[in-house]
Amino acid sequence: MKHPVTEYIGREFMNLAEALGAAALMLKSVFFWFFRSKFEARETVKQAVTIGVDSLTVVALTSFFTGMVLSLQSGQSSKNLFNEPLYIGTLVAFSMLKELGPVLTCIVVAGRAGAVVTAEIGTMKVTEQIDALYTLGTNPTRYLLVPRYIAFMIMLPLLTVFADFLGIFGGCLVGMVKLDVPSTVFMNDIYTYLEIYDFMHGFLKTFVFAFMIATVSCYKGLNTKGGAEGVGKATTEAVVTSMVLVMVLDYFVSAVLVAVGI
Amino acid sequence: MIEIKNLSKAFGEKVILNDISVDIKEGELFSVIGPSGMGKSTFIKCLVRLLRPESGSIIVDGQDIASTSNEFALARVRRSFGYLFQEGALFDSLTVLENVAFGLKYLTDIHKSEYPRIVKEKLALVGLKDVEHLKPSELSVGMKKRVSLARSIAPEPKYMFYDEPTTGLDPVTTGMVKELITDMREKLRITSVVVTHDLKLALEISSRVAMLLDGKFVEAAAPAEFRQSENKAVKEFMEISGLSRE
Repeated sequence: MKHPVTEYIGREFMNLAEALGAAALMLKSVFFWFFRSKFEARETVKQAVTIGVDSLTVVALTSFFTGMVLSLQSGQSSKNLFNEPLYIGTLVAFSMLKELGPVLTCIVVAGRAGAVVTAEIGTMKVTEQIDALYTLGTNPTRYLLVPRYIAFMIMLPLLTVFADFLGIFGGCLVGMVKLDVPSTVFMNDIYTYLEIYDFMHGFLKTFVFAFMIATVSCYKGLNTKGGAEGVGKATTEAVVTSMVLVMVLDYFVSAVLVAVGI
Repeated sequence: MIEIKNLSKAFGEKVILNDISVDIKEGELFSVIGPSGMGKSTFIKCLVRLLRPESGSIIVDGQDIASTSNEFALARVRRSFGYLFQEGALFDSLTVLENVAFGLKYLTDIHKSEYPRIVKEKLALVGLKDVEHLKPSELSVGMKKRVSLARSIAPEPKYMFYDEPTTGLDPVTTGMVKELITDMREKLRITSVVVTHDLKLALEISSRVAMLLDGKFVEAAAPAEFRQSENKAVKEFMEISGLSRE
């Protein structure tokens, strides 16, 4: 006799296997059309604006305040321990470049642009616009997915660099105003103790995150079912999955980069 | 010519189309009627391979598209297709001009400088003017359907597929769409497949009408013969539709 718990677990595993298979087929199609089709410049630029430019404000605010709070907390702790704020620049820059810059940027973009992508493709799916693309001589992967993948892969690393700088700037500002650390000391801490590899560590991670967010958002959008309610459900699932995967992947990608010396 | 042989389609355990065979000849207007949920849309979507049938063949001008997974071969065959979707399926992010010109860009070699003229011409055919700059969200249901029709006929396809072409339209627009479908067939010799629950429309415009019930065509005949059918389901459907046998 089937036990309801084992039946539930079995069904969930089957669903997961099916979803992974479908996502793999989608990826195969993305690679196929990436190399075989004409570049959809207009759609790619439009997506780059949606994913990158429209996320600028929220990324700026997040990273700026993160840098500020990081500086404030570490400076205060350092003061308590050593009576003066030591290595604040090193700590803020190290944290921003290696972890907080890429991870926070990707989480923010997954929540904002990832949701937009899933909702847009999902709405197109339930209103037969995806089918219409086929009948009008266009493959949806070529017209919808490839431009979004390109936009994510270009804009996320750029946004991360922007977030890194703003975070460090925020930290420097708090150091100067609240902790009496001159900007020259703050910057000297960065130049002395940080290497280009520290920047590359965080920068390279964003390509993996960008690819993952694009895959999750597009996959969820393309598999939307059931009208407006289905679009809402798919969008929520895409955002939650992307955010969790950013955190999970962060550990594994960091481990690989550390192992290869980056 | 479209030859359909032993076409079957199921969703999970539920069989929607069961071993259907029918030939749609050049210049013919073939209508499929039947109550909602009987697989009419599934049938027409299989014909253009928006859905992949479980078995059987769909031979379009000598090429079987039922089971092929060659994207380019499918795209080549689809170049000769025009499809009117039930809800229009206009691209929300594009203007009317861009929507109607979409097929011209991807299905023809026409230079883009020609698009505005062709779009204007096709929109006039469906009774619309000065709407090129509007977005689909600014159009009424009837206008959306007419723009969608203009979009599907713009690349001048050899075959037209209409999924519930008059659903949601007012009587005047219904008359216009009916006339347009008839004109497309009579003047341009476009082979057409119409899927509708409107039996009156099907009997007025078609050269052959088929009734789909429980996954099979229970009747397929010219309108005059169809009216005289002794099939129980056809008789009932005629009665429900308020049509007499004469």
